[in-house]
Amino acid sequence: MGAYVVRRLATLPLLLLGISAVSFALLSVAPGDPAETVLRQRNPGQMPSSAAVAAMRAELGLDAPLPVQYVRWMSRALGGDMGRSYLTEQPVADQLVRRTVPTALLTASALGLALLLAVPMGILSARRRGGTVDAVVRLAALVGAAVSSYALAFGLIILFAVKLSWLPAIGYGSVAQMVLPAVALSLAPMAQLTRLIRASVLDVLGQDYIRTARSKGLSEQTVVVRHALRNALLPAIGATGVILAHLLGGAVIIETIFTWPGLGQLIVGAALTRDYPVVQGFVTYLAVIVLLANLATDIALRIADPRLRFERATG
Amino acid sequence: MTSDAALAGERLPVRPVTIGPRRRRQWHALLREPGTALGLFLVVSLLLAGLLAPWLPIADPTEINLPERLHAPSAEHPFGTDHLGRDTFSRIVHGARTTLLAAAATLVLSMTIAVTVGMLSGYYGGWPDTALMWVVDLLLAFPSLILALAVAGALGPGLFNVLLAVGAVWWVSHARIIRGITLGEREMAYVTAARAAGASDRRIMLRHIAPNILGQIVVLASLDVGWIILGVAGLSFLGLGAQPPTPEWGAMLNDARPHLQTAPQLLLLPGAAIFVAVLGFNLVGDGLRDLLDPRTRRPGG
Repeated sequence: MGAYVVRRLATLPLLLLGISAVSFALLSVAPGDPAETVLRQRNPGQMPSSAAVAAMRAELGLDAPLPVQYVRWMSRALGGDMGRSYLTEQPVADQLVRRTVPTALLTASALGLALLLAVPMGILSARRRGGTVDAVVRLAALVGAAVSSYALAFGLIILFAVKLSWLPAIGYGSVAQMVLPAVALSLAPMAQLTRLIRASVLDVLGQDYIRTARSKGLSEQTVVVRHALRNALLPAIGATGVILAHLLGGAVIIETIFTWPGLGQLIVGAALTRDYPVVQGFVTYLAVIVLLANLATDIALRIADPRLRFERATG
Repeated sequence: MTSDAALAGERLPVRPVTIGPRRRRQWHALLREPGTALGLFLVVSLLLAGLLAPWLPIADPTEINLPERLHAPSAEHPFGTDHLGRDTFSRIVHGARTTLLAAAATLVLSMTIAVTVGMLSGYYGGWPDTALMWVVDLLLAFPSLILALAVAGALGPGLFNVLLAVGAVWWVSHARIIRGITLGEREMAYVTAARAAGASDRRIMLRHIAPNILGQIVVLASLDVGWIILGVAGLSFLGLGAQPPTPEWGAMLNDARPHLQTAPQLLLLPGAAIFVAVLGFNLVGDGLRDLLDPRTRRPGG
């Protein structure tokens, strides 16, 4: 166990290096001269002079060869300095930190909501396989996977904020303001998790040790809760990294709709204004979060599933 | 020489290749499942609408008519008009064209990369495999929609750039799956036979392995169309994709945002169109997967 954790941690620096390279490469695919972009943004409507562009290139360090720029950027990033926004000239790292809490609140409540409904629905659906409950749950999961979070968000706003005036449509600060965005964000992962848990409960219920437990005369509830559930929830734990990535992707759109002051809103604004340092810093930041979440998931799975400890680690 | 190799590969009945009556039976099975039949109906309707949109007797989707802006649905405009007086019904129908073309192009791009990387990795193994899969693992750490957003932001707004961006990031998880499939296929007797007959690696991959794994690739791709439609429409909604006046569902949602209180149908209709398209493709994808994967073939399994 300890050896596994050490081995996984040992690959982290290499992966982080790779992540930084990908993020840095993003900037180099951008057409046009960033120095000119900055000047145009700061003085809208004016054609920057070539002298001003050259000065800005030097100021931003863009006159150095790409490998040099990369090493500079990376060594600064290691020290927590992700550069400054082209537009606001604020340090990118500060903005990322400031906007992490709202996004964490939103994604955590959406994930909680998704699990709260997906786990019982998945189990119930598997237990009543082929019955009415199963049909309803499967239909709900199918519909849930096809509804886009943005269309759902507008549907919720129109119904609960405009027509019924039960909940505020936008804004940040109160629990009431979090209800609609969290619900809109939770639907897709809820559908995904329900299908996953249903399939995995069915899989586990068909195994020999469950037949043994049943033949011992244990009540069906004990069989499901004490014997089946532990193994059936493992794939759900394994999917945490993927679900988190989906949630963060969905948060980008949901935060924009509900004017939620999180990371998603920041990146959309930055992408639209070509504020490359912000985009770059954000992508790096999220990749590191997902990477660490995946690592934590794998370790958690090893603790929960003793079978894995006897297999040769493949990654 | 090479034709011998091809024959050696094709004559070895190592797995039931779906030819003739068996395949026909399977297609019937696909239609018997009500969900899949509904999915096929939705997909075919969308394809027809998308293909025929320019020739249908409907209004010009880009014709601006300011005096008739934000009209409620009527006989003349079955879905009403938008903030510029354009016919919403026509824009939804033409939107199918934009969306399907965008999804198809993205799918071709991402699947081409995924198949190339996956097959090379699975077939050769060794250090190319290690290197490619290391890159795949690395890219998997980036949430795909966000990476696509960043690429689209770097390239600048536009539907074509969104296609490039989504295609460039969407292949990653498929490459891993295709690698696994190729790895299993490489050990099959027909590959050994082809190699013994002197076929080159390139020939074995393209003429022997590729046709055999095509079915599984099609299933992967069909399950992916829904996600791609959601992704492309999402980026267009954020303002990075289709630019005005192109009729595109995500962009239509974005245009309609200021009119949420007065004309909610302008938001609900493109939302419903996206839903129908994604649902249709997901149903077809599920049906194809059940058909191909015996473990999930039982209804409810």
